[in-house]
Amino acid sequence: MLRYIARRLLLTIPLLVGISLVSFLMMHMAPGGPIGAGTDMNPKATAESRARLKAYYGLDQPLHVQYGRWLGRMATLDFGDSFSPDGRPVAEKIKERIPITLTINVLSMGLIFLVAIPVGVTSAVRRGSLFDRISTVAVFTGFAIPTFWLALLMMILFGVRLGWLPISGISSLDYESLGTLGKIADRGRHLVLPVLLAGFGGLAGMSRYMRSNMLEVIRQDYIATARAKGLPEGTVIFRHAMRNALLPVITILGLSVPDLLGGSVIFETIFAIPGMGQLFYQGVMSRDYPLIMGILTIGAFLTLLGNLLADVGYALADPRIRQG
Amino acid sequence: MMESLRRAVLPSIALFLLLASCGGGKPESAGKGAPVSDVPAYGDAIVEGSIGDVSGFLTAVTTDASSHEAAGYVFNGLVRYDKNLKLEGELAESWEISPDGKRITFHLRKGVKWHDGAPFTSDDVMFTYRRMIDPRTPTAYGEDFKQVRRAAAPDPHTFVVEYARPFAPALASWGMHVLPKHLLEKYPDISKSPLNKKPVGTGPYRFVEWKTGEKVVFHVSPDYFEGKPYIARVISRVIPDQATMFLELKSGGVDIMTLTPPQYVRQTETAEFKKSFNKYKYTASGYTYLGFRLSHPFFRDKRVRQAIAHAADKKALIDGVLLGLGQEATGPYKPGTWAFNPGVKKYPHDPARAKALLADAGWKEKDGVLVKDGQPFEFTVLTNAGNDARAKTAAILQQNLAEVGVRMKIRTVEWAAFINEFIDKRKFDAVILGWNITPDPDQFDIWHSSKTGPKELNHVGFANPEVDRLLDEGRSTFDLEKRKNAYFRIQEILAEEQPYVFLYVPEALPVVNNRFRGIVPAPAGITYNFIKWYVPAALRKHKITP
Repeated sequence: MLRYIARRLLLTIPLLVGISLVSFLMMHMAPGGPIGAGTDMNPKATAESRARLKAYYGLDQPLHVQYGRWLGRMATLDFGDSFSPDGRPVAEKIKERIPITLTINVLSMGLIFLVAIPVGVTSAVRRGSLFDRISTVAVFTGFAIPTFWLALLMMILFGVRLGWLPISGISSLDYESLGTLGKIADRGRHLVLPVLLAGFGGLAGMSRYMRSNMLEVIRQDYIATARAKGLPEGTVIFRHAMRNALLPVITILGLSVPDLLGGSVIFETIFAIPGMGQLFYQGVMSRDYPLIMGILTIGAFLTLLGNLLADVGYALADPRIRQG
Repeated sequence: MMESLRRAVLPSIALFLLLASCGGGKPESAGKGAPVSDVPAYGDAIVEGSIGDVSGFLTAVTTDASSHEAAGYVFNGLVRYDKNLKLEGELAESWEISPDGKRITFHLRKGVKWHDGAPFTSDDVMFTYRRMIDPRTPTAYGEDFKQVRRAAAPDPHTFVVEYARPFAPALASWGMHVLPKHLLEKYPDISKSPLNKKPVGTGPYRFVEWKTGEKVVFHVSPDYFEGKPYIARVISRVIPDQATMFLELKSGGVDIMTLTPPQYVRQTETAEFKKSFNKYKYTASGYTYLGFRLSHPFFRDKRVRQAIAHAADKKALIDGVLLGLGQEATGPYKPGTWAFNPGVKKYPHDPARAKALLADAGWKEKDGVLVKDGQPFEFTVLTNAGNDARAKTAAILQQNLAEVGVRMKIRTVEWAAFINEFIDKRKFDAVILGWNITPDPDQFDIWHSSKTGPKELNHVGFANPEVDRLLDEGRSTFDLEKRKNAYFRIQEILAEEQPYVFLYVPEALPVVNNRFRGIVPAPAGITYNFIKWYVPAALRKHKITP
């Protein structure tokens, strides 16, 4: 097992290099560049000042030199400095955005699993019942409604009309003066709407997935056997059927690992949340190469790691894979 | 609105923030709130809504509007534009221009201190100048300073610059924020200095904190040289979405923001809204235009351009795009400013006249489309994606032109691709774009025939020897009357030639919670006298004492 993991880990290195090379090339092929934001359509910017800025950021070098420099820095885990005027280290910029994005994603994912699994199981067990039909309509409504629109409606209701919850941001203006409990409560109040909305949109996929898995499993012979043995229905469903139906969920969990750090741009924009989604979007729009590369590399690494975890999880859960 | 103005980048001097002076008069539409004694009082905080986060506080190295606005609270320049968009002294008490126009002598204010207590002197100005021309400074604004032939600081309160030839826009370039030498000296690259994140300036407010992506907080500087501002604290919140920001405004989370035309016209006319907010309206410093690639076979002919100007229904554009909150543009200057010529040739909406002009130019109608030499009059207009106003403008123009038999297709392209692939390579028939109107009327870079190279701004390829001469004349004298004559004539030629169809100048639409008093709208907007704004003691919301 350990050898298997070690081999897989080593294999990620060439993969990561390959991914970074492709990302690097794609990014540089996109029209425009980091200095465009400040100098395009700017009467004060001359050809000379453009050349100066290009040299300043090392963009006057050939592409392979630029990539080589980047790779060299990455080897020492140095993400470099952002091309945005603040010139801050990319690692620092990403680090300060991670907690909020991670919190929202973990909470909303927890919410999704908490709601979707029971809903999916119940729908499968009582297939075609009123509950099944209502829950199907409900989760698909959540999937289909434009999030930004629903978000605005909820902001108007809970923020403006009722005044129960803050509309946007992640903390109140007097946050610093609050006690520890007050700070937690304040953060919590700010997170209610974003987490609810993020969860609502994700219910459909998970609950449908759970439902079809469950339907698949219920049809198996061993379930018929369990029933024939005269086991109570609850034991049949929860012990025999659900455990097996949950197996593929491990894959989903594994594949969700990179999502944990990827924020949604629309979501973060509408709720004014300074998370990873906005950071990446701004990075792309301003062609902040080191920042884009940093986020892409982390994303690629997490995806590979998630895949590995899923495989390992599978191997642990399923003896057939372990032996194979 | 922000979007259409955001594109062309301004030096800090052109952002009319905190341009204080002239005592606070009566609020224009105050008194709608509870009857309280309207006496200026110190205290309270104002929360601004800002679409974008700050990217740094040193305006020499930043180019975005959010950063320049925020830095305006902390830093000062030698000069600034007053409420009527005329240059006045800020850190310079006064200045003299030598008779030959080549030398400017600034007399600096005495007794001004940096926020850390160190005195402000001409050494700081000299340091700023040196850093602006230093190749290690990643600035886009170095050009104006490279024109300086000699700079000197003969004593702590005098700063002298000499130019090779008289250069009128040079004066405004000294609105560049002055940097503290004693804090920045040891950093060869100022953008990497801690001051870019934690600024120390001479301005009315001191920096408190910057939470990236969230907010920036400033606290009043009690010994500000123009008097202590009334409002104790300024908090600029980053709220990237306009709709969210508006909800925050209504629920009290934001005190001041810029409205969109639909918000101004449709969502803020309720009695409830008017009870708590004052809306303002003033001519924005920008215009939107339809520009032609003048080397295009269709648009080479002046009569065709004039015909399109007559076909464009500017009133419908203003009503449709801006909900009536704007005015027709007739040239590249802001209506009501000294350089603006109100008497130029106008192009009223007149499809018949347009058709006649096109017929003159040899275009014959066939099945509803104009044809010349077997070629239908069909072209593509380009504009940048994500700008709603420009997309709507294109749609209305498309309809206007169809009425006279011209087929216009619309294509929107992401900004960087738009600039690099189409504008810079001159691969376009026509574009819809906008320019900021800077208070100084020098537009050499936009209209001079020498500025048609790659990355240069005369992208339509306009070339007119008389305009070239007048542009030169206008920038090489400080004599206002001479400059005015030159720019008036330029506007006449542009109106006749129509290299652009000048479409509209929008209104800026700020809204402020009405507990703030002392706001007096002027051509420069409302924030020029920010340090005189106040909240009467009885209306105070935040218990923040200066």
